[in-house]
Amino acid sequence: MQAHERLTAAIRAANKDGGTALVPFITAGYPEPAEFIATLKAIATVGDVVEIGIPFSDPMADGMTIQRSSFVALQKGVSLKWIFEQLDAAGKIDAPLVMMSYLNPLLAFGYGNLARRALAAGVCGFIVPDLPFEESAELRAALEAEGLGLIQLVTPATPDERLRMLAQASRGFVYAVTITGITGGDAGLPKNLAVYLDKVASRSELPVCAGFGIRAAADVANVGQHVAGAIVGSALVEVLEQGSDPAAYLRSLRQT
Amino acid sequence: MKDLLQASIDGDLPDERGRFGPFGGRYVPETLVPAFERLEQGVRDHLHEASFQKEFRRELREWVGRPTALTLAPRLSALWGTEVWIKREDLAHTGAHKINNAIGQAILAKRLNAKRVIAETGAGQHGVAAAAACARVGLPCSVYMGAVDIERQAPNVDRMRRLGAEVIAVESGDKTLRAAIDEALREWVTDPAGIYYLLGSAVGAHPYPYLVRELQAVIGEEARQQMLDQAGGLPHAAFACVGGGSNAIGLFYPLRGDDIELIGVEAGGTGDGLGQNAATLATGTPGVLQGAYTMILQDDDGQVQETHSISAGLDYSGVGPEHAMLQATGRVQYVSARDDEALEALEELCASEGILTALETAHAYAYARKWSQRNPGKRILIGNSGRGDKDMPTLSKYPPRTRTHAST
Repeated sequence: MQAHERLTAAIRAANKDGGTALVPFITAGYPEPAEFIATLKAIATVGDVVEIGIPFSDPMADGMTIQRSSFVALQKGVSLKWIFEQLDAAGKIDAPLVMMSYLNPLLAFGYGNLARRALAAGVCGFIVPDLPFEESAELRAALEAEGLGLIQLVTPATPDERLRMLAQASRGFVYAVTITGITGGDAGLPKNLAVYLDKVASRSELPVCAGFGIRAAADVANVGQHVAGAIVGSALVEVLEQGSDPAAYLRSLRQT
Repeated sequence: MKDLLQASIDGDLPDERGRFGPFGGRYVPETLVPAFERLEQGVRDHLHEASFQKEFRRELREWVGRPTALTLAPRLSALWGTEVWIKREDLAHTGAHKINNAIGQAILAKRLNAKRVIAETGAGQHGVAAAAACARVGLPCSVYMGAVDIERQAPNVDRMRRLGAEVIAVESGDKTLRAAIDEALREWVTDPAGIYYLLGSAVGAHPYPYLVRELQAVIGEEARQQMLDQAGGLPHAAFACVGGGSNAIGLFYPLRGDDIELIGVEAGGTGDGLGQNAATLATGTPGVLQGAYTMILQDDDGQVQETHSISAGLDYSGVGPEHAMLQATGRVQYVSARDDEALEALEELCASEGILTALETAHAYAYARKWSQRNPGKRILIGNSGRGDKDMPTLSKYPPRTRTHAST
């Protein structure tokens, strides 16, 4: 099984018996670098796939919460190299990992080296929010050489033809952005969400996970009626910010 | 790289993917892809179409006040030992070259049926130009400006508001230009069909570097003809300051095929260390920032670094991708001038020619002066990108050195 297929398998396993896969996101090393691995392991006991955010100085697609966490992590010295060192020494983590990173830190690390280190560290795929498909050939090739997936994002504004193309190009799962905005908004989920998510699901052979604006158990249940999984980002980072128990919060999202 | 330069001279760049050789491209979130595709189509449909050009040229003539003058600087020439000609963008409406781009894009926004315009600004010059241009074409305008810059540039904030624009304080990120661009992009995403994003420099994702160059090229087109008419020939060298690089590309692009040494001058700040300057081309490395693969100031981990310059308009960690290409091909040489050198040059120009230039522009003079010492007798052209009235709060911290005028 290639690494990216582990993502697909983990989401499908969660879907057995009608469940919805939960994909929690944390900014690496936030709020404290020393707690990174402990936090990661704790949320991996609840999440089916865990998304690790690589902090970046210019997080253009993120809202205030994730921006803030990113700056704090950078100030505390978190880097991609440090994250790999931590993961290498972490031992067993209960869920396959995905890295969410803007392109420039990956470019600086070097694509070939990145793919090898990622595979060794238990990372199965990458989400790169400022890398549209048209610019992605080089990174995709480097990742695929190690069996890693480049996960494609689609949005409600994505035209149908492009949606099909992106769904086909994606590996692991398809990331359906629920709103045409940024992460962490208060607007909640849009009204025509069901139509949109059903459309994405019908165009994709891979499982679809919905992200942006998912904060409560009702949201997870809502998207779970249409797609395979729910991605929880800003709301979880807020829980970490407040010093609350992230695993308990994630468990609460499963209770309806 | 020689073929790349030839492609540039032939007018083949950017290519259909928005690339200037390896530089440029479109690195934007998927949510923005439809907005950029829409804009690209709009540029293709309108920019070189006759009725757009007719309106644009008329507004440049009748509202902006073009052509701007080309001024011989006899006293500066005598001091430097070269023949110095100055292209006077400071005489354009609102006091800088920024207005060329702003009015062009405002006309485009109108033709694309946008309901409102958003813009970012650092020091406020582009914000003022965008506010004025939007008032001129009758579109509401919101300007995103870092909270730190709002504090530093209060007079420009007031100017924008009087011109009818809403000024939105950006509290995220570094609270300066970089954060303002990010915030404007975030707003654009919410309504790509109704909003037109009026970007202020030749930076960012395709088609902006191309669009802004095409609108600013009027600087170099005029200057080239004026040199032939007034100076009797082209200059041996041309100088422009480079922040994002819109005035420099506007001056250089029409001169790229001529036998003229082209020199871009960046902000050398207080020194060579990371964070002490904004000399992106002179000291940076390639990377992706705000939509383009270009030269950026970054650390070994690919984190973008803060910059320093006495001039807010040059204080940016990236640079337009076409400049990165022009550097890689060797066609343009990029150098830097320090804060103190720029201040000195500003003072010298004021005293010798009666022109208070912008602090940004003063960097070009600082290097042109050095170049002149090594190349006596040559003829040079300096792009005077803006006037310095806006810099009075900064300049007041550096009182002019007392000059004694001998009485006769």
